[in-house]
Amino acid sequence: MLTGAEIIWECIVREGVDVVFGYPGGAILPAYDALNKYRNKIHHVLVRHEQGATHMADGYARASGKVGVAMATSGPGATNMITGMATAMMDSVPIVCFTGQVPSPVIGTDAFQEIDITGASITVTKHNYLVLDINELAETIKEAFHVAKTGRPGPVLVDIPKDIQIQSTDFTYPTGKVELPGLIEPQGVDGLQIQKFVEMIAESERPIILAGHGVMLSDATQEVLDLANLAQIPIGTTLLGIGGVPASDPFVLGMMGMHGETWVNRAIQESDLLIACGMRFDDRVTGKLKTYSPNSKKIHIEIDPSEINKNIPVDLPIHGDLKTILNQILPVVSKNDNHSWINKIDGWQKDSQRKDIIHQETEVLMGAHVLRKIWEGTKGDALVITDVGQHQMLEAQYYEHEDPRSLITSGGLGTMGFSLPAGIGASFYEKDREIWIIVGDGSFQMTMTELGTAVQENRNINIAIINNGYLGMVRQWQEMFYEARYMETPILSPDYIKLAAAYGIEAFRVEVLDEVIPTMRKVQKHKGPSLIEFVVEKHDMVYPMVPSGADLHEMIERPVQSKNGNVNSQKEELKK
Amino acid sequence: MKQTLITLVEDKPGVLNRIASLFRRRSYNIDSLVVGKSEKPGVSRMTIMTNEEDQRKRGHIYFNLLNLVNVIAVKDVSNLECVTREFILIKIQSGPDQLNEVQAVVNNHGARIVDLGKETVIIEATEREKEIDRLVEDLTKFNITEITRTGRIAMRKGKTHKVSSEKINAQATDVSWVPENIHKYHN
Repeated sequence: MLTGAEIIWECIVREGVDVVFGYPGGAILPAYDALNKYRNKIHHVLVRHEQGATHMADGYARASGKVGVAMATSGPGATNMITGMATAMMDSVPIVCFTGQVPSPVIGTDAFQEIDITGASITVTKHNYLVLDINELAETIKEAFHVAKTGRPGPVLVDIPKDIQIQSTDFTYPTGKVELPGLIEPQGVDGLQIQKFVEMIAESERPIILAGHGVMLSDATQEVLDLANLAQIPIGTTLLGIGGVPASDPFVLGMMGMHGETWVNRAIQESDLLIACGMRFDDRVTGKLKTYSPNSKKIHIEIDPSEINKNIPVDLPIHGDLKTILNQILPVVSKNDNHSWINKIDGWQKDSQRKDIIHQETEVLMGAHVLRKIWEGTKGDALVITDVGQHQMLEAQYYEHEDPRSLITSGGLGTMGFSLPAGIGASFYEKDREIWIIVGDGSFQMTMTELGTAVQENRNINIAIINNGYLGMVRQWQEMFYEARYMETPILSPDYIKLAAAYGIEAFRVEVLDEVIPTMRKVQKHKGPSLIEFVVEKHDMVYPMVPSGADLHEMIERPVQSKNGNVNSQKEELKK
Repeated sequence: MKQTLITLVEDKPGVLNRIASLFRRRSYNIDSLVVGKSEKPGVSRMTIMTNEEDQRKRGHIYFNLLNLVNVIAVKDVSNLECVTREFILIKIQSGPDQLNEVQAVVNNHGARIVDLGKETVIIEATEREKEIDRLVEDLTKFNITEITRTGRIAMRKGKTHKVSSEKINAQATDVSWVPENIHKYHN
């Protein structure tokens, strides 16, 4: 006989989980009490806020490819998890969140710390459960893990009333495959589709592969590269697709979309065949839908059938697992020569790169230069976790990733405050890898409370705050689209060095480019959390940029600028 | 033409909430939704009617429904031969002097009077929606005080159709990836 509380841990252990991020409270107390018996099998990380727990589980899952687990109490504990679950939902990350619930006899009476979290979380979870019978607990938890990782991954919530945690029953962990008639399991590709695929490639002269997050989730890096090599097709990546294919590969062009590379967006617009692999044509990727890649045929390989034909009508829809499908298709794809197309893109690339800030000297420290130095200083080999905003886009542009799962970032939801907890979570999988958390001063102040967790758990993480004194990306939009009325975007920061000192964290402030690498060397030697504040140019903007709702090829490029920042020249450029 | 979806769902608490939530979140309009027990214990059969005309959006509705874990299968029967029915109860205010006249309308539509009060008559009918609409129209000359309608239920004609969730793959010839093209992969 085991109690419900013991069954929770027993199931978690059997799912191969060894770390849980959580926060105790009234309705989850029995589970926390039972944790005492599982201390040697499970490491519990006490977070400072339940949102942090979900982001940590998320970061752990993205780094490892395994399911991340978070735990919280009922009511406010559960509602604090909503943002983290929504983040995981938008970015297809498998996490399982356990919440305590008030005892089942008082459910529905507005009891203390009662919230209908299964109701509240319907749209931010792939699926959720309220367990009302202890005999269904083990089966439900097994099912939750299965749902989280099967097909298109996503967050699953299991809500367990306190009395169910206290009751006892005979425990048997269900063995064998989970039978869930309602869960779509991906199929392979059929003969006709393969034939059409091959024909479309053979007929195309200007093809491009759009590699998304699905490349990593499906472990299809090699297959995508093989397709590119065989049929001579360049590859553009989405934000979450970064790392899915190595940046140094000659076929890999870089990121597409709103802050993507000009040559990638131009290639997409002028292409005659898009091969979308595990991506969903998000509005940040397409720009204006009506004018998106107007002359191309489109192939869409996607594991979630509801994503096919959602934003962009496609000519060849293929539903299923990317790796499986490419393995079926590769043997029959014939060699192709797209020499002139590739040369054309190369020309655009060379032309565009001349304007890049990275090749220019500036008197003040620029965010772009800092990110490039961090790339150099880590040999491009670190696990990088970014937050949301200008620094996130600069990272995507200037840190070149070679491996899958080497960049963790909140793409779909754009959750500010994601990076510190996600980085702490990831560090429980990547124990020996150099970890850099790149975060803006605005984002950092949203969840910097988790510094306490980082210290208590002695995580070996490096935090790089890119401090420009503004909510930079919002400021950029205000400058571009709201006539430079900077409403509520200047933001005060605490003295981060003193803040770090209060936590016992080693910290440095860097204000000039030459100090970036030497300071990095100092923190790289240090085991445990460390922090560098980079004080950067306040008025810099992220280029290139496709204004929201504009055609993808209507990119605003960085104006060739004067040495002391570039505000005036930017404004002149905009006036044109 | 309206979109009609026959859906098999697990008979569990909250399933209706999930479906309603999906329609609200994605801004799909439900015209009617009827749910009841099916031939299989633990499984309910729903008939959902939407007023979505756009084929691509119909596809979204279909696949988003299918994506719900509690939804076992979905069949878009909009273009298939079906028996469709709706049930209605109508209360009209009418004294004994009008009874013959009411009876004539009721007979004309194959409806029935199921309750005869001092001042009111309750009429029931089971028919296709259009026929029900006509009945209501013909009864408007009396004073209708209450109407309750169930919404459409539908069943495909012919052999027993297992609604399966397997083989949702589109084929290369299906350029539009909409339910009309997908139904042929079901039994």
